[in-house]
Amino acid sequence: MPAPTGALTFDALRPPSPFMGETHRAWRDSLRKFIERELAPHVTEWDEAGHVPRDVFLKAGAFGLLGAGFPEQYGGWSEGFDRFHGIVTSEELARLGAGGVSAALMIHGIGLPPILAIGTEEMKQRIAPPVLRGEMQISLAITEPDAGSDVANLTTRAERRGEAYIVNGAKMYITGGMTSHYATTAVRTGGAGAGGVSLLLIDLSAKGVTRTPLKKQGWWASDTAALYFDDVEVPADHLIGAENQGFAGIMRNFNGERLGMASGATASARVCIEDAAAWAQQRQTFGKRLADHQVIRHKIAEMVQRVNATTAYLEHCAWRVTQGETPVADLCLLKVQATQTLEFCAREATQIMGGAGYMRGSRIERIYREVRVNAIGGGSEEIMRDLAARQLGL
Amino acid sequence: MKVLVPVKRVLDYNLKVRVKADGTGVDLSNLKMSMNPFDEIAVEEAVRMKEGGGGHPAGTATEVVAISIGPEQAQETIRTALAMGADRGILVKAEGEVEPLAVAKLLKAIVDAEQPGLVILGKQAIDDDSNQVGQMLAALLDWPQATFASKIVVAGGKINVTREIDGGLQTLSLETPAIVTTDLRLNEPRYASLPNIMKAKKKPIDAKTPADLGVDVAPRLTVVKVADPPKRQGGAKVKTVQDLVAGLKAAGVI
Ligand SMILES: Cc1cc2nc3c(=O)[nH]c(=O)nc-3n(C[C@H](O)[C@H](O)[C@H](O)COP(=O)(O)OP(=O)(O)OC[C@H]3O[C@@H](n4cnc5c(N)ncnc54)[C@H](O)[C@@H]3O)c2cc1C
Repeated sequence: MPAPTGALTFDALRPPSPFMGETHRAWRDSLRKFIERELAPHVTEWDEAGHVPRDVFLKAGAFGLLGAGFPEQYGGWSEGFDRFHGIVTSEELARLGAGGVSAALMIHGIGLPPILAIGTEEMKQRIAPPVLRGEMQISLAITEPDAGSDVANLTTRAERRGEAYIVNGAKMYITGGMTSHYATTAVRTGGAGAGGVSLLLIDLSAKGVTRTPLKKQGWWASDTAALYFDDVEVPADHLIGAENQGFAGIMRNFNGERLGMASGATASARVCIEDAAAWAQQRQTFGKRLADHQVIRHKIAEMVQRVNATTAYLEHCAWRVTQGETPVADLCLLKVQATQTLEFCAREATQIMGGAGYMRGSRIERIYREVRVNAIGGGSEEIMRDLAARQLGL
Repeated sequence: MKVLVPVKRVLDYNLKVRVKADGTGVDLSNLKMSMNPFDEIAVEEAVRMKEGGGGHPAGTATEVVAISIGPEQAQETIRTALAMGADRGILVKAEGEVEPLAVAKLLKAIVDAEQPGLVILGKQAIDDDSNQVGQMLAALLDWPQATFASKIVVAGGKINVTREIDGGLQTLSLETPAIVTTDLRLNEPRYASLPNIMKAKKKPIDAKTPADLGVDVAPRLTVVKVADPPKRQGGAKVKTVQDLVAGLKAAGVI
């Protein structure tokens, strides 16, 4: 890629944030150095190979990337950490243009919070520190072959028998499922609907667990699995929170995940502008730069327009969260806004790059293949709008 | 031993610089600024002397003080040094260009007050590439100096510095107090971790002005012109050795 210049670099495109101060800038600088040295040179190779080597997790753990935002007493760093440090983290990882690498490294970002929010003290002490050091990996297993968006209708069953639960059923599309040591798993312990769902910490090396790898369109560096539970015995004290109270835990988790996904998607869209603009300023067609053709200039201007609007929405939602609010409807709509912006920018950037944008090994080509997982995972666009409409009292 | 580390805020090394249209300098507006990379190496070495590492036993340095001379924002450069492990900072607020001699004089005033055993500086700043401040400071203080250090060993009250020179390695043995400037291969600076970034917020930074230190920083040099390097000409392919020789002759190279 030609080096981008001036106002169209990733950094220059990031509007200055009224909510970010010295520590956010320092965290961005430090994180960028870590990423440029330890991750960026290898992401294409890891994505093609379909995994991130174990020692990278250890490095990310030692540096503090994995523990950022998690409580000190469990091995994280949270003093002074706010949502905007989290946004910086998502943005800097997105700059790699390799969502699979972020998904692999940061999967504990959805697997661990339910344990820290409602798990037992013993569980927190046992699981969180090694996960945040990068020695252990934990996934979140909610989706099933017959229940995705409709979480409340999941059918994986956990029957209490003495001091254990016996688990039977299957989970689908589980990020990190092939390599994780544990999965925070949604199971049915009670009757039908949301009121019968619990969360169980399942050891994925337990007898009766089988895992099958799933091939997918993008995010190659992170493995994705179907998990099958066949009379798996799970100690009763592995219950996360109270029995039949799991649904609220799942839903609360989603709010943080959505803000994170929105930050990542918006920053990925910014990567699309950076690479497409650099290309358009250098590539000549019909005797002038691509950037001198009005159609192309307008595409880039529109990308900037949409990304900046999304950034403003993102920051405002994040600010409300730091003020103690949980603006559920806006978090849902923000996620849709961000993934549609990503979809638009990935399309236009690829179009501007022409054949070069369709060739493997560039950020744009990978991002293009990551659009749908952002738009579907963590609450699909349709479900987000529906939830927002309900929240708005429609 | 107290160690002072001057750190300069410069244009980020990843950025391509653009010469201002009027040829008076380089355009810095809205561009990302970072700590001069050679100064990061200096901070790293000093912090290793304090914490142990890189061949230094812990406690070799008892205190590490980071100093920056520049605008208000140079405070962030000091914070970076504090996040890497320096103990406190001194900011000398000065707007506009401060020339190497003025920087050396300001540093001398701070050295006189702080009485360090060692000052480690970057060998040069990547913005103006002057490569003068360390040497000038040594002259003003009349202290021994070792420039372009690729290895530093503190032993028996001496500072032994290895320098990469044409044709090999030279080792100098300095009495303290001394001045050392860093080369690229001295060490690989750490990344500041998030908790250390947060802790750095609470470390003290003293603010001073050139007037407090009794130094006149008015420029003595005049920049005549700043220009882009000439654009590289595209190469040409030749078919035969004869064509190549003819071409080289025509270019006056052979
Ligand atoms: C790469 C990848 C990684 C994933 N990682 C994980 C993971 O780690 N853990 C995990 O638990 N899950 C994971 N998922 C699963 C993801 O959360 C689900 O795919 C998602 O929730 C959608 O569920 P579904 O695929 O079953 O689609 P469905 O629920 O079957 O929906 C299909 C389509 O119908 C639409 N639809 C559904 N219901 C309605 C309705 N009421 N009104 C209008 N439209 C509707 C949906 O929006 C969607 O477009 C992952 C998915 C992918 C692709």
